[in-house]
Amino acid sequence: MSFRLTQGTFSYLPDLTDEEIAKQVQYALDRGWAINIEFTDDPHPRNVYWDMWGLPMFDLQDPSAVLYEIQKCREAYPNHYIRVSAYDRSYGRQTIALQFIVHRPKHELGFHVIRQEVRDRQIRYTLHSYATDRPKGERYVD
Amino acid sequence: MTLKESEKEKARSRWASGVIPYKEMGYWVPDYEVKETDVIAAFRFVPQEGIEPEEAAAAIAGESSTATWTVVWTDRLTSYENYQAKAFRVDPVPGTDQYIAYIAYDIDLFEEGSIANMASSIVGNVFGFKALKSLRLEDLRIPLHYIKTFQGPPHGIVMERELLNKYGRPLLGATVKPKLGLTARNYGRVVYEALRGGLDFTKDDENTNSQPFQRWRDRYLYVMEAVHKAMAETGEIKGHYLNVTAATMEDIYERAEFAKELGSVIIMIDLTVGFSAIQSMAKWARKNSMILHLHRAMHSTFTRQKTHGINFRVIAKWMRMAGVDHLHAGTVVGKLEGDPNITRGYYKTLREHKVEADPTMGLYFAQDWGSMPGVMPVASGGIHAGQVHQLLHLFGDDVVLQFGGGTIGHPMGIAAGATANRVAVEAMVKARNEGRDILNEGPEILERAARFSPALRAALDVWKDVTFDFASTDTPDVTVTPTF
Repeated sequence: MSFRLTQGTFSYLPDLTDEEIAKQVQYALDRGWAINIEFTDDPHPRNVYWDMWGLPMFDLQDPSAVLYEIQKCREAYPNHYIRVSAYDRSYGRQTIALQFIVHRPKHELGFHVIRQEVRDRQIRYTLHSYATDRPKGERYVD
Repeated sequence: MTLKESEKEKARSRWASGVIPYKEMGYWVPDYEVKETDVIAAFRFVPQEGIEPEEAAAAIAGESSTATWTVVWTDRLTSYENYQAKAFRVDPVPGTDQYIAYIAYDIDLFEEGSIANMASSIVGNVFGFKALKSLRLEDLRIPLHYIKTFQGPPHGIVMERELLNKYGRPLLGATVKPKLGLTARNYGRVVYEALRGGLDFTKDDENTNSQPFQRWRDRYLYVMEAVHKAMAETGEIKGHYLNVTAATMEDIYERAEFAKELGSVIIMIDLTVGFSAIQSMAKWARKNSMILHLHRAMHSTFTRQKTHGINFRVIAKWMRMAGVDHLHAGTVVGKLEGDPNITRGYYKTLREHKVEADPTMGLYFAQDWGSMPGVMPVASGGIHAGQVHQLLHLFGDDVVLQFGGGTIGHPMGIAAGATANRVAVEAMVKARNEGRDILNEGPEILERAARFSPALRAALDVWKDVTFDFASTDTPDVTVTPTF
C-alpha cells in the first residue's frame, strides 16, 4: 500500500476538486477567517512552518482569488505539498480554524521510525522522512 | 418599648444559649444584594415534613458556612456577618416537592486555588443534614476573582490543536477493548491498528492501571512503539492516553515521568484520584508539555439522580479550574446517561469564555471564565460512524469523538474501523462547510461517502440501527421544543 500523508482535514476523502476547494474557502470567508497558502517538501508532522506562498489573504469576498493563487503555487511547486489554512483571529481562538491539503507530490515518500535502543528496554523514537535525505527542492520527482 | 430597645431584645434572643432557627441567625436574608465577588450556589432540596422551605434553605446556608447546631458565643469574636452564607431566594419546582435555594457565599470563605477547600466548604457536611430529605448542588456561579486564583487547563483547546497540528474537525479516539485482560503486547497491537487506520488518539480505560495480567511499564513500552509506528504510517501526530492513575502521588508521578521519557503527548488520570491529585497533575502537565485527559470515573454515583448529589456541571467547572485538558461530558446518542440540552450546557461550560444563564440547558447562572482556556470535551460510550451527523450537529468541532466498540468491533478489522470513523467525520465536516443540512441529509451524506470507502460501507451495515433510546433520569426543569 503506497503512502498517503493524512495531515489536514480532508485527507481521508478523495482529493478535493477546485470546485470543492472553493466551497471550503467560501465557508471560511463567510466567517471572516483569513486564508493562508503554504507549501513544503518536508511534510514531517512537527514541521510547523511550511513556506508561505505570499502573505495571508485578509478581507477577501470571493474564493476565486484563493483558487488563482493555489493554481500559481501548483505551477511553481508541482512536486510539493500545498495546504490551505483558514485563520480565526477572534478573542479566545487566535488560531487556525480549518486546514487541508490541496496538492500533493505525485509519488509520496513517507516516513520510517528510527529506534535508538537505550537501557531498560526503552527505545527513543525518531520519525524520519525519506524525502529529506535529499536537499530542499530535489525531494519529490515525477 | 423604643425601637432601639426592640433591637436590643432581638440581639439578646439571637445570642441566648440554646437552639434557635437558622432563619433567625442571619442565614436567611431575602433582601440580600449579591456582590460580584460572591460565590452563588443553587441547591435543589426536599425538606422534611413540617420544615418550611426558607428555614431549610437557611439551614443549608448555615451548615455549609459558619453554623453549628446551637448558639456559640465565640461567633461574637468574629465579623460573622461576612462569613455567614446567606440564603436569599427559594423557588418551588412546579409539580414536585422540590425547591431551589440560592445561597451567596463571601469570597473570603474559600482558599485561593483549592478545589478541595471549595468542595469541603459547599458540599462538605451539609448533605447528611437530617432536616433535609434530599439535597443536590445544581450549579455554582464562581466569580472571576476566584477563577483567577486557579491555573486552569495545562494547555486548553487551542494549544492542544496547535500541539497536534489538527484543525477544523472533531478529534477521533477509541478506548482499547477488552479493557481488561490483554497482555501488553496484544494491547499495543490494538493501539497500532486503530491509530494507523485514522484515529488521532487511543485510550486506556479508567480501570487499566497496573494489574497482574499487564503491568504499567510493559503497557507503556508497547503502546509507544505502536504510537510511533502509526505516526510513520500516516505522517500525523498520534497519541495514546496512558493512564497514570495509581495508589499514591509518588506512583502517579513515576508513571507520568516514564510516559514523558517515551515521547507520549498525552496522559490520563481518573476522577477517583481526588481533587488535589488532579491539581498536582495539572501543574505537572503544564510544566512537562503533556496534554492531560481526565476520565470521570465514579461521577455518576453522585451526579445522576435528580434529587441527590452534585450536578455534573459543577464538576465540569471544578475540573476546568483544577486544570485538565480533556473531560468526558456525554454523548447524548450513546449508551450513557445524558439529556441533550443538559449535555449541551456541560459543553458550553467546558468550552466557552462567557456563558449566559439558560434554564433550558440547566445553566442557573452566567459564568465568566476570563481568559482561562477551554477544556476539550470527550464524547465516549456506545457511539458509531452512523451517528456522526448527529454528533457533529450537537457538539461542533471542538470535541473528541471516541468510538471504542465502533472501531475495534468493525468486521474488517480495527484499522478499517478507524478509517470508517475518520471518513465519516471528514465527509460530514465537508458537507456542513458546504452548507448542507447535515442533520437531515446526514444518512445520505454517509451513504455517498461509503461508495468510495468499503470500511465505512461495512460500518454502516453493521451498526446502522443501533441506538440507546432510554429516558434520562436528569432533565432540566424548563423544557423547550426539541430541535431534533
